[in-house]
Amino acid sequence: MHQAANEPIIEARGVAKFFTQRDGAAIEVIGATDLAIYPERIVALLGPSGSGKSTLLRILAGLQEPSSGKVLWHGQPLARQRPNVAIVFQSFALFPWLTVLENVEAPLQALGVEAIQRRKRALKILDTVGLDGFETAYPKELSGGMKQRVGFARALVVEPEVLFMDEPFSALDVLTAENLRSQLLELWLGKQIPTRAVFLVTHNIEEAIFLADRVVVIGRNPARIRADFEVSLAHPRDHQSPQFISLVDYTYKILTQPETEVLPPAAPATPERVRSKYPMLPRALPGAIAGLLEMLLDRGGRDDLYRLADEFGMEVDDLLPLVEAASLLHFVRVQEGDVELTPQGKRFAAADILAQKELFRAATLENVALLKQIDQTLRAKSDHAMPGAFFLGVLDDHFTSEEAQRQLETAINWGRFAEIFDYDADTERLFLPETQS
Amino acid sequence: MNIPPLPKLLRGRTWSRLADVAIFALGLAIFYGILQIARTWFGPYTPVVHISRSPSALPGYTAYSLLRIAIAYALSLAFALSFGYAASRSARAERLLIPLLDILQSIPVLSFLPGVMLAMVALFPHSQLGLELGAITLIFTGQVWNLAFSFYSSLKAIPRELMDVARIYQFGRWQRLTQIELPYAAQGLVWNSMMSVAGGWFFLMACEMFVLGERDFRLPGLGSYLQTAASAGDTPSILWGLAAMIGVIVLLDRLVWNPLIAWADKFKFEQVDGGSAPRSSVLNALRRSNLLAQIRSRTFTPITERLTLHFARRTGANALHPPQRWKPWCGRALAAVALVVVVYGVIRAGTLVAGLSGSDLKNLLLGSGATFLRVTAALLFGTLWTVPAGVAIGSSQRLARFAQPLAQIAASVPATALFPVILRLLIRAGGGMNAASILLMILGTQWYLLFNVIAGAMAIPSDLKQVAAAFRFGRFDRWQRLILPCIFPYLITGLVTAAGGAWNASIIAEYFRFGEQTLSTLGLGAIISQATDAGKFDLLLAATFTMAAIVVIINRLVWKPLYRLSETRFKLEA
Repeated sequence: MHQAANEPIIEARGVAKFFTQRDGAAIEVIGATDLAIYPERIVALLGPSGSGKSTLLRILAGLQEPSSGKVLWHGQPLARQRPNVAIVFQSFALFPWLTVLENVEAPLQALGVEAIQRRKRALKILDTVGLDGFETAYPKELSGGMKQRVGFARALVVEPEVLFMDEPFSALDVLTAENLRSQLLELWLGKQIPTRAVFLVTHNIEEAIFLADRVVVIGRNPARIRADFEVSLAHPRDHQSPQFISLVDYTYKILTQPETEVLPPAAPATPERVRSKYPMLPRALPGAIAGLLEMLLDRGGRDDLYRLADEFGMEVDDLLPLVEAASLLHFVRVQEGDVELTPQGKRFAAADILAQKELFRAATLENVALLKQIDQTLRAKSDHAMPGAFFLGVLDDHFTSEEAQRQLETAINWGRFAEIFDYDADTERLFLPETQS
Repeated sequence: MNIPPLPKLLRGRTWSRLADVAIFALGLAIFYGILQIARTWFGPYTPVVHISRSPSALPGYTAYSLLRIAIAYALSLAFALSFGYAASRSARAERLLIPLLDILQSIPVLSFLPGVMLAMVALFPHSQLGLELGAITLIFTGQVWNLAFSFYSSLKAIPRELMDVARIYQFGRWQRLTQIELPYAAQGLVWNSMMSVAGGWFFLMACEMFVLGERDFRLPGLGSYLQTAASAGDTPSILWGLAAMIGVIVLLDRLVWNPLIAWADKFKFEQVDGGSAPRSSVLNALRRSNLLAQIRSRTFTPITERLTLHFARRTGANALHPPQRWKPWCGRALAAVALVVVVYGVIRAGTLVAGLSGSDLKNLLLGSGATFLRVTAALLFGTLWTVPAGVAIGSSQRLARFAQPLAQIAASVPATALFPVILRLLIRAGGGMNAASILLMILGTQWYLLFNVIAGAMAIPSDLKQVAAAFRFGRFDRWQRLILPCIFPYLITGLVTAAGGAWNASIIAEYFRFGEQTLSTLGLGAIISQATDAGKFDLLLAATFTMAAIVVIINRLVWKPLYRLSETRFKLEA
């Protein structure tokens, strides 16, 4: 009915997204990216949080316009068509005022399907996803896993050519997520659902490797493809098998080493990347960074990241910012998926709280351009105080305004811990502590 | 078409039959009432209706008042929906409409009264319809703004994912409205409807009977009944009128608002069951009714089905056609016409006001000062009694159980209905008009304060209370460190509403006519009323504008900063 299997259903050519600041400068969120979705495949888009994965999904699904580049649907510009796609959301996005059945019927109503036909199709798909008997329930009466089943039913009932999934299992507990993943895979492999391709956005490495035929890893600030590889393990995949583990390890390496290129030869590299004057501060609290370092010291100063995360039940997403922050401060080195304490890191981990503050202060003033600048500005001013908005203005030239806000918040957290400056939340001013001014 | 039925719960048969009979009877009664009222409306123009003081006339009068409120409310709702929709759809419309709303809200409604009445009577010179429409228009302006704002802010707050669903599955306009936008806004709309209708009673009481220059306008209704009874000093009639008023309000609460709140509970945007849901036996009866179910499945369901499919197919067809060229031009032409009208209005108003004499302007200035002081005093006294009382009620379950319903009933009686009665008592007791007007302002606005303080006191987290107890805070410390900071945001919310209400109330509170006798004191409200009475439109316009400007300026300079403070520093976050 459609083109041959090697023609992409959706193809993004050089799509980029940037936000224009008031002064006309553009902040790039997604760098020029080529990405195609081919039939009969599950593609997983993997990346740290805040990397623009969801934005990329929304662009591919036609929910958002790219700032430049174009998206093609069967070779024709997407904007002027009615693409047959569906989305499953992390937050389920069900209508709480409609019953399960009405929720699933809603997209069919929009297609103009008559009542009898509509009900038949909805009941059939509810049966497929295992929601028999829940037709008249309201979403709030259901557990998280059941709600997401409704989410899947609503998406599948329109028989989409491409099924988009935006972190579909992230709001569920581990066991429920596992169960739902396997069942989805069963339906897909058994061709019980009419979908021709699946596009999954996730930050969970194992989930990507478990489900996908192809994994695309993106980095952030701006988002661009850092790796793009096939997963050819046979289904059902075993989490414990050596091939599975080595793939997970490999992906970990890519994610934890944002600066170096660990690209397999297939993917094109984009070398001209402008270094920002203010490298992005990872969103990590000083107390948590200290916790990580102390933990590493307890384990002999070096450990495998994947094992570390696994053992403490942390998602990559929780662990990565901590590792990034510690590495930015030269407390740890990341090598081949391992983290290792540096000599400063060891001293920090062994110190008491007051000495930790001293070391943290030295490390931040040495390595964090933003904090160094705040410190110099405050010292230069006669009253040793400055409104936070001033620094926000400086950051605004380098980040989107929400990100600038987050950057300043992180900087304030770090600066307060290091006792570089103090902050008055009422007046929103930064000032030097008494002892220094 | 035949939709396969879904399994339904067994119904109590006797109950459902009783409910059917009740609903049928109610429908018949309402139909008869509307027919009767319509006959007088389209009847000949009689500006001075004789208002009977007999209690037997009360049911009829109550029906008249109710119908006015109902029509005005329906119009307000329709306007609010289109306004909110327009403002949230286009960024350009939003920039214009939202500040406009802010200003319109601050214009004292009662100063519209003469203009609106004269215009309506001129439009329908030969029937009673003009007067009625005038009253309805006034109530409309009193209740529409908060509804419009509520709908607008609900639309803006719809989670992005829900709109994504609508876009990815290409919902038609109708489906988006009925399945996303209206349900999401329902909670806010119901609560604001209650507030609006309460506000409607306030203005209805004031505008059913008033004097404009030489002309004396009267509309049959509860408000005019109470005013007539108060003028005549007829205590039994006053009591009858008040009883009817309270009865209607309690009945409305049971038969309309309670079921509505219980019904709207399903539109709460929550993904988990929030525990105790509001209940209403009336709603349960309605749900059990076979009659209603029949009517629904015969009319409502097929109609919405048709509409949804119609719009769905249209959207599908539209997706392939580029939008028409003439649409933006239409909007531009409309905007140009609006601009011309506004400019013309401003010029005419300017020339009118420019003709005011120096003594008038001086009076305006002094009056503004006097009313400002009075409003401040009213807020101060109101706060002084409501804060301790509200905290006491809010922190004691036992007290709350009997005080809250009482306060609710007391609050629901529109202050304007009591004005003539209380004023008479006060004058007889020898208090001056100055004290009386402050008292009337307090009367009209204290409830906003009380209910907000109660809500604030109830929201004080119990762990903080335990801390205060553990550290043996003294009474002073407890108030200063725990209670006042906790209720601060609520108190500010109450004060903002109360201040607006007090300015508006000054128009009735500072100037009053008892039959031939006129009582008044220096004040902006009195100037507005006086100008209305004397038909001095230049002064009326200038005074109205002054009041609106004062309210807007105070909002910007005092309440907004305080509000921001309460949202940041005094916000209790989990």
